[in-house]
Amino acid sequence: MDYFFQQLINGLVLGSIYGLIAIGYTMVYGIVGMINFAHGDIFMIGGFIALITFLILVSIGMTMVPVILLLVLLVAMAVTALYGWTVERIAYRPLRQSFRLAPMLSAIGMSFVLSNFAQVSQGARVKPVPPIITGGYTLHDSGNFAVQLSNVQIVVVVTTVVLLAIFTYIVSRTRFGRDMRACEQDQTMAALLGVDVDRTISMTFVIGASLAAVAGMMYLLYYGLVDFFMGFIAGIKAFTAAVLGGIGSLPGAMLGGLAIGLIETFWSAYFSVEYKDVAAFSILIIVLIFMPTGLLGRPEVEKV
Amino acid sequence: MAVPAPHPASTEPSAGLGFILKKAVISALVALVLFFLMIGIRTEAGPSGQLIYWTRFGELAAIVGAVFVGSIVIELLRRWIGPVGGVELPASVRGGFAVLGRLLAPALLIFALLVPVIFYKERYLLDLAILVMTYVMLGWGLNIVVGLAGLLDLGYVAFYAVGAYSYALLAQSGLPFPHFIDTYPYVALDFQQLGPWAFWVLLPVSGLLAALWGVILGFPVLRLRGDYLAIVTLAFGEIIRLVILNWQDLTGGPNGISGIPRPTVFGIPLTPGEHGFAAMIGVPFSPTHRLVFLFYLILALALITNWVTIRLRALPIGRAWEAMREDEVACRALGINITTTKLSAFAIGAMFGGFAGAFFATRQGFISPESFSFQESALVLAIVVLGGMGSQLGVALAAIAMIGGFELFRGLDQFRMLVFGGVMVLLMIWRPRGLIGHRAPTVFLQKRTEISASLVKEGHG
Repeated sequence: MDYFFQQLINGLVLGSIYGLIAIGYTMVYGIVGMINFAHGDIFMIGGFIALITFLILVSIGMTMVPVILLLVLLVAMAVTALYGWTVERIAYRPLRQSFRLAPMLSAIGMSFVLSNFAQVSQGARVKPVPPIITGGYTLHDSGNFAVQLSNVQIVVVVTTVVLLAIFTYIVSRTRFGRDMRACEQDQTMAALLGVDVDRTISMTFVIGASLAAVAGMMYLLYYGLVDFFMGFIAGIKAFTAAVLGGIGSLPGAMLGGLAIGLIETFWSAYFSVEYKDVAAFSILIIVLIFMPTGLLGRPEVEKV
Repeated sequence: MAVPAPHPASTEPSAGLGFILKKAVISALVALVLFFLMIGIRTEAGPSGQLIYWTRFGELAAIVGAVFVGSIVIELLRRWIGPVGGVELPASVRGGFAVLGRLLAPALLIFALLVPVIFYKERYLLDLAILVMTYVMLGWGLNIVVGLAGLLDLGYVAFYAVGAYSYALLAQSGLPFPHFIDTYPYVALDFQQLGPWAFWVLLPVSGLLAALWGVILGFPVLRLRGDYLAIVTLAFGEIIRLVILNWQDLTGGPNGISGIPRPTVFGIPLTPGEHGFAAMIGVPFSPTHRLVFLFYLILALALITNWVTIRLRALPIGRAWEAMREDEVACRALGINITTTKLSAFAIGAMFGGFAGAFFATRQGFISPESFSFQESALVLAIVVLGGMGSQLGVALAAIAMIGGFELFRGLDQFRMLVFGGVMVLLMIWRPRGLIGHRAPTVFLQKRTEISASLVKEGHG
């Protein structure tokens, strides 16, 4: 039972990271109707930016961990957001009115560009960092197995919850959120009513990318390493999460992220570590076949 | 005839200049922020495992400068060349192009047939030609699924892998059920006994197994379309790769399978010995013979793919594919069986992928999961889309351009995939419909039906 609780904690933490990435997928799909294949690599870039910022801050002699973390978070979010903006501007905006396949291939190309850019500029080897946040609590000790809750896990979950609260507020209460929802429903009508569609779409990418940067930083804190290839698998899994939760639905993305995190962790714990990705992808296929609208999605009505 | 309006940029050059400069400065600033950390700082794991870093501000300045200059150049090009792009070519020139277009396919075919003769001494070029032909075949195979049937498949490499592993495993160890064979010796099928015929017997077997997997993939995704279909096929491709990677007992895992039997000229091995092909026809042995043979083999396989596709397009099933690509709902309404149409497209496309895979295995003599990554799927899909989705000639040209271009950048080494991705993005922006836009259905009504305006609702026409 203790083992189960430990896995539950681990799964929830991993799920929060997936959920943060999944929000970017679901937002972009909602507003422009395309799978942003480069989003996983934006997450990877976010991890790298966080790593480099952290390294600089430590080397100029900063010692206060909370200040360092806050600065790293802000820098990573800002710079990665600019990556998201640039990707949309270069690779997707010229193709917005084009036929369906063109933006998808452009996105795949962009994904190659980003991951290989990271490889070329930072080297192919895995970058380890020493544990930044240490310590933790023992929740329950039954003698042979102790349920641990580490401080990193608390930081990851708390950051995710806080950001989600801010983000939900933005989408549901602000002018920008209203514009975004309007563009999702009908871009032409939104434009007629004075919504700057281009700007709204750009902002969607910016927000998605900054949340992916947070996920990248959390990944760095939690696993203590980044590498240039981590975006691909994480990206597909986060997309799985977005689909599982019902694409286009924001709470759905978070819920799907948690579900994928839990499934992956429990599969690794009770069955086999090697096949954990196979399990996640099989879930994707099964969900799409039996529940194409996901957990919280609205059914797509097809008009002829 | 109206006087052509003066180009707006030429009327106010000074304002244009200021605009260009402003744009370039903004681009350079964006580049500075983007690259300051990623290029300006280089991190690496130090000797004691501790991360170390050093600065590279020289490179950073060079790149930001390049972005600045590049932005100016692009903006100028857009102003000067942009309007010229829409010029109508005179009829005679267009006629010339049409003739060239008709002659291109036979000319390419003749050239392909002569490649081993022309480049007999150039081992590297022969190897490259074989590689290009492999991708031409893969492109034509995927074209059936994506170009004709309109089913977006991002996991085509799975069938390539199934073909390659089927051939390698069956040729090496016979059926992977030793107990079964011990119990029922009379059904024992030891493919090693096939000896030199292994490739020729197992080639169709590999294709059939791949087709079977095509159906296995096709069944669950019958109801999906568009992006969802793409992501499921991608997941399927990854599952196949991960299973190959992890099922070490059967596939050797990351170490792959080596010592796969080489192909024979219908039973005659291409070896230096007395029974070799060279001795049979009475010429001195040369390792190039095998390359020449492999080239003609893949050329024949690719041409079979092409021929089958062309023939299928004239059959009801091919027409059903094209109709389904254009409008699935209308197809259903007209009584076309979507299930068989989709499954046959998946199965036939997968079968050719399997053939190509078996060829790949016999050519390399060694296969490992590394050869079947998502990049391969993306590459083949890029070839099909660049080829214009459905145009056989376009796919062949795109394969030559992509693989040839990829080889040209071999010197760039680690920058190769970076350039490849960038080229993919630029080509999509430049020609979203492919190099040769060709999507015309094989059959169409001779006379356009006139539709009364009252039947077309405004905004829905």
